[in-house]
Amino acid sequence: MKTWRNLKDLIRRFAGSDVFFSFKRSPTVVAAFLLTLIFLVAAVFAPWIVPHNTYDVASLNLMDARLPPAWIEGGRATYLLGTDEQGRDVFSTIILGSRVSLLVGFASVILALTLGVALGLIAGYVGGVTDTVIMRVADVKLSFPAILIVLLIDGVARGVMPRDLHDKAAVYVIVLAIGFSAWIQYARTVRGLTLVEKNKEYVQAARVIGLHPILIMFRHVLPNVTGPVLVIATLGLGIAVLTESTLSFLGVGVPPTEPSLGTLIRIGNNFLFSGEWWMAIFPGIFLVLLVLSVNLLGDWLRDALNPKLR
Amino acid sequence: MFAYIARRALQSVLVMASVAFVAFALFQYMGDPINQMVAQDASAAEREALRRVLGLDRPFYVQFLVFLKNIATGNFGFSFRVGSPVAQIIAERLPATLELVFVAAMFALFIGVPAGVYTGLHRHGAMSRFMLTISLIGVSLPTFLIGILLILIFAVLLGWLPSFGRGQTVQLGFWSTGFLTTSGLKALILPSITLGLFQTTLIMRLVRSEMLEVLRTDYIKFARARGLTNRAINFGHALKNTLVPVITIAGLQIGGLIAFAIITETVFQWPGMGFLFITAIQFVDVPVMSSYLVLVALFFVIINLIVDLLYFAVDPRLRVERSVSAH
Repeated sequence: MKTWRNLKDLIRRFAGSDVFFSFKRSPTVVAAFLLTLIFLVAAVFAPWIVPHNTYDVASLNLMDARLPPAWIEGGRATYLLGTDEQGRDVFSTIILGSRVSLLVGFASVILALTLGVALGLIAGYVGGVTDTVIMRVADVKLSFPAILIVLLIDGVARGVMPRDLHDKAAVYVIVLAIGFSAWIQYARTVRGLTLVEKNKEYVQAARVIGLHPILIMFRHVLPNVTGPVLVIATLGLGIAVLTESTLSFLGVGVPPTEPSLGTLIRIGNNFLFSGEWWMAIFPGIFLVLLVLSVNLLGDWLRDALNPKLR
Repeated sequence: MFAYIARRALQSVLVMASVAFVAFALFQYMGDPINQMVAQDASAAEREALRRVLGLDRPFYVQFLVFLKNIATGNFGFSFRVGSPVAQIIAERLPATLELVFVAAMFALFIGVPAGVYTGLHRHGAMSRFMLTISLIGVSLPTFLIGILLILIFAVLLGWLPSFGRGQTVQLGFWSTGFLTTSGLKALILPSITLGLFQTTLIMRLVRSEMLEVLRTDYIKFARARGLTNRAINFGHALKNTLVPVITIAGLQIGGLIAFAIITETVFQWPGMGFLFITAIQFVDVPVMSSYLVLVALFFVIINLIVDLLYFAVDPRLRVERSVSAH
């Protein structure tokens, strides 16, 4: 009963907050939020909501291959957005593909966030040589575009692992590669904030009563730097999804047996010249809408959490 | 100022050294080169002999120094896949990529800067809002999708422009150029728009926000009070003062263009270095991979150095401040 009241109190406090007010005021942000929510729900419950299970090869019928969308002549109502060259329903492959894309996106963001926040806290709090080393490494990595680093890690993984093992591990390799290329932003931001927080009284007080530095970093400093980290993570999700789809489009991403949005566009690209545009364009539209709404949310979050910018 | 440049130069050397080391490690540990060279039934003694001839039995650091010497003299080894010298393959592909990057950079500058100035001056105009919306969509569109859309519209539906390759090229010494034929120029249009669109929106947004910042300053108000023409104020005073960050970002973005050329070249089957690199990754062609890496790192380091030097040339304050703080 008490927790229920606490929850209600929390909701009331949130509904009266500045952040919620600025959210309510902008119809674009509300639309972006709803869209993101729909994408997430569709991705999570994908196996139950898709009209055709396209992973089940036995259910595919080659007679149904390369059908146009339902509203164009020759299309069928059960295949709303048409079918691809193996007779897979494009709508179903998109939903299942966005599941793969979002999974890779979230996993790599979590990896980058954990790595970056930890290194940033340590660099900022400990200082000295540790700080210099971490930040120099970050500088060197920052002078290269992330996509090159990702491609390199993927290339090395291909060289080190035998072929069949690599196909199985491809998703993990990509998560690792994207996560590893993106930690710098978190580290830099968290380090800067930690340098400021470090000299505040509450940290000094914690130090005086003899708490372990690790405890101070993660229990006391960390909660005070979460705002900007949340913003970077939201924008980072968009970037991660884009990077994954780019890799899959280039043919070095997730294996084609469980295609992501990028893989679908790559397959569809081969049929563009014969006028069968729906195989590439629909996954493309989904990808853009997904990334656009995540980006809009991130932009809004940045402005809402940082009143100085208004 | 000299201390600053010396420090940057030292940093560049460090970057190059670490990239060379990564490239060397790739060479060294991704598959045993001896296995690729000898026959299946070669005895252990024969393998050992070849190892000694090639210098692979020498200590790690000696091999690294030899590797450094080889790169410095342009000896990048042989491609596993094609069998010809990597230096030759890259030399054939280099002009295609550089021409593409050059045109894309020009496109980004000559569209991005004027658009940024316009949106900065007419903040609330309908045209500005339209341009900003387009730029937001441009940021969210992945490069390869822009390429596909352009191909669909201009090559498949309208049939105006070619969708792949470089068209006719003219050989000038070792450099093959597409600038001198109509088909070469036509082939450049779609890929360079695809490659440069992201940078265009980036430069536009940057110039816009810098313009907004500068237009608020006192010296602009004073210039207006002096009765200068709008043209003199906007371009002579305001735009000039936005250039420092624009040069930095534009310079650094050239590196980005080289990297993203990988994607554009794959979409348009452009016979450049990026296309070569992707094929090398797919076939685990280690010599090509590591040479590309070293070469791109070299481009990056040189660009960064030039940007640093330009900084000093454009902003006189930096020269003074740095030398004061150094004492």
